[in-house]
Amino acid sequence: MHHMILDSETDFDGWRKAARALALNDVKPSDVTWRVADDAPELFEPSAPPLEPPHGTFNVPARFVELAEMAILHRNPERFALLYRLLWRLRGNHDLLEIVTDPDVAEVAAMAKAVHRDEHKMHAFVRFREIGREQKSHFVAWFEPEHHIVELAAPFFARRFADMPWSILTPDVCAHWDGHAVSITPGVAKSEAPTADRLEETWRSYYASIFNPARLKVQAMQKEMPRKYWRNLPEASLIKPLIEDAGRTASAMIAKAASEPHKPQKRLEPPKADDMPRKGADDIETLREEAADCRACPLYKNATQTVFGEGAQTARIMLVGEQPGDKEDLAGKPFVGPAGQMLDRALDEAGIDRRKVYVTNAVKHFKFVPRGKVRLHQKPNTPEIRACRQWYERELAAIKPELVVAMGATAAQSVFGKITPINKNRGRPIDLDDGTRVLVTVHPSYLLRLPDAEARASEYRRFVQDLKIAAGALRKSAHAA
Amino acid sequence: MDLQRKLEILADAAKYDASCASSGTEQRDSSDGKGLGSTAPGMGICHSYAPDGRCISLLKVLLTNACNYDCLYCVNRTSSNVPRARFTVDEVVKLTIDFYRRNYIEGLFLSSGIIRSPDYTMEQVVSVARKLREEHRFRGYIHLKTIPEADDALIVEAGKYADRLSINIEMPLENSLAKFAPEKDVRAIRRTMGRLRLKLDEARENGKAATKAKPPRFAPAGQSTQMIIGADAADDKTILDTSANLYGSYRLKRVYYSAFSPIPDASRALPLVPPPLLREHRLYQADWLIRFYGFDANEIVDETAGMLPLDIDPKLAWALRHRDRFPLDVATASREELLRVPGFGTRAVDRIIATRRLTSIRLADLARLHIPQKKALPFIVLSDHRPSPRLLDGAGLKQRFKPKAMQLGFGF
Repeated sequence: MHHMILDSETDFDGWRKAARALALNDVKPSDVTWRVADDAPELFEPSAPPLEPPHGTFNVPARFVELAEMAILHRNPERFALLYRLLWRLRGNHDLLEIVTDPDVAEVAAMAKAVHRDEHKMHAFVRFREIGREQKSHFVAWFEPEHHIVELAAPFFARRFADMPWSILTPDVCAHWDGHAVSITPGVAKSEAPTADRLEETWRSYYASIFNPARLKVQAMQKEMPRKYWRNLPEASLIKPLIEDAGRTASAMIAKAASEPHKPQKRLEPPKADDMPRKGADDIETLREEAADCRACPLYKNATQTVFGEGAQTARIMLVGEQPGDKEDLAGKPFVGPAGQMLDRALDEAGIDRRKVYVTNAVKHFKFVPRGKVRLHQKPNTPEIRACRQWYERELAAIKPELVVAMGATAAQSVFGKITPINKNRGRPIDLDDGTRVLVTVHPSYLLRLPDAEARASEYRRFVQDLKIAAGALRKSAHAA
Repeated sequence: MDLQRKLEILADAAKYDASCASSGTEQRDSSDGKGLGSTAPGMGICHSYAPDGRCISLLKVLLTNACNYDCLYCVNRTSSNVPRARFTVDEVVKLTIDFYRRNYIEGLFLSSGIIRSPDYTMEQVVSVARKLREEHRFRGYIHLKTIPEADDALIVEAGKYADRLSINIEMPLENSLAKFAPEKDVRAIRRTMGRLRLKLDEARENGKAATKAKPPRFAPAGQSTQMIIGADAADDKTILDTSANLYGSYRLKRVYYSAFSPIPDASRALPLVPPPLLREHRLYQADWLIRFYGFDANEIVDETAGMLPLDIDPKLAWALRHRDRFPLDVATASREELLRVPGFGTRAVDRIIATRRLTSIRLADLARLHIPQKKALPFIVLSDHRPSPRLLDGAGLKQRFKPKAMQLGFGF
């Protein structure tokens, strides 16, 4: 039998060295006992001869070291033996830790988890009390951890409260911070700790006031703040009276009829949008304001806002797209997303100044379905295109452009008032009965969707070509005028 | 009025906001010795719990509970007779620091009634955060309520100092908000959520590009919102659809559901009944299923009912409606399928997938995977377990899951 003695309850390095030597000497887990120095009188048991100094090394998964470092802080006295048994078995099966259903793996994992939780609760439930005032004050806490976690938890407090000296006193060991380094001293009795702080009454009133007596959930509280922590929490003495009063307070609120308001309650009717927009030419700003409340079709419900057209009132070209996309819906401006960037580049290459054109969409709300964290674009249907056409008509009347460029099928349908194929009609100005001159082309987002780089490049060139035709048509009409 | 009385009034006024998270922000600490505080990225810290089961992580207060608005569901509405108070900027700053040094809190959650104008109110809120960060070099967590119509420059500044920003959507239905909160405008709320998302996206993209100059910091813990449950007639389907829309549109970190609770001096126009806590709980479960379990908002609520059942959880209810998909062989089922088994959490599923490559999973292993046997067994096949077909097809299966009488007592 080998009797291993570790320096302290948290002596991971000592355990590691001893375990390595034992394993390399092929000492079975059942032939080892473990204890911590000075926690028990020496027993006069026959001991095996000292181990040979270890020859060579062996590998364990990094995850085992992480687990063992945590589990060794558990208060269970069997932990050293359990960890050695797991180490021993790991040498025969390197994947053992992956088998979370193995009893040894499960127990070590549960111990590590318990230590981790205790550390987390120590971060949460330590309550400092101030000794002395302001400049020279020192913050001291009394805490009773379940496991040997003080050294583990101390760096958190050092990083958080670096600018103030503090001490955390516990029955096992104490941690201190002087502004430069953490030091560890032996444990003390609770009587060493301060018993009051000038802020505690204020904290207790906060605790009582933030509690909603109408929604008592005592078990939920106790699950996260078990009763063993209560004796060191200044607010915990309020728990019992708050619970006892809760039913009365809540039913009193329910029973008490509302008092007369000291100010008149004026209730406004929800605003109603005009059912029919006025006919006739308006300026764009008036139209934009009116369209902001548009409810002519249901698309407004799920969208952020109406995305109205934008550009110079004196524009000679009016570009019409399909509908705003994700970015446009958020920003409230047309063509600011990826398709907008593509359009800007193409306009530039075609020699058209975007600042001098008017840009809008056939449908002015974003139609989509939510899929987790993204919104999937949906093509607007005919009733939606029809419902929104009034705005296009009024924009057209306000801007009076020489040429309308309809980009994509939805825009063509709106501008022509009927379904109009792109390829049959693209690339040449078409005069409509109402005197509007239209050039049909593709929507820039069509170019973005093409999977093949070569097709994308050639379609892009055709798009720029169409825009050049638009620019050319303008110059001609300018000459004619 | 003394500070303690102000705190009582202004904490009481803030408690109907369910959010108290301090998680998900960037990592900061004070080990350079030039400031106070740190953040715990990933996981927040709850420093206490009130008997309502809610985490107390932040000092959650209003700057003032005086308010120009008259939102019927709100304790602070202008027509309410509750006592009013107002903190000075310095008072909130000092209280935050004093509480923080004693390890009572992770930081501050500051909101305010609307006084004078949205811009004035927002400026007051921002100036607390500015003072904490700039003068006191406070590195703890800050959550600021954003006032919908506030000026863009103020929102940029709020994002510079805050970890999280939030705007409450309040009601699941647009017309309920118009009815209960006539001064609030759901369009303005959504536009501002949109503004926040654009700024959040920008900060994140700039953060990725290493070559550019330091990105403008903007609320690294993102934005969240809250919906009040049970004040209007919206059913659970409507609520979850609204959530799905908000998550998708504005990349919210969280939608909080807050059961409408009786308030002191309540309005007559609203139901004065105990809050529907169980319904709230079921909505959170459904929300989780949408975000982490691959469920779609449309399939969680039974189309014919419109409401989630209260007696069993929404995943179990879904499984009972889709018995033809079970039993599922745990040894071969995909991750997506395993996530739909009642009682299987995301971590249990990850562990099953890691373990089953090496060894088969048996009945006795369920406890070590922290899976409740009673709930899961009718739906799964293990190497030493196969549910009787009669059980899965029988009408008795639903009975098996009826809850026992709820224990609300508190044993001392």
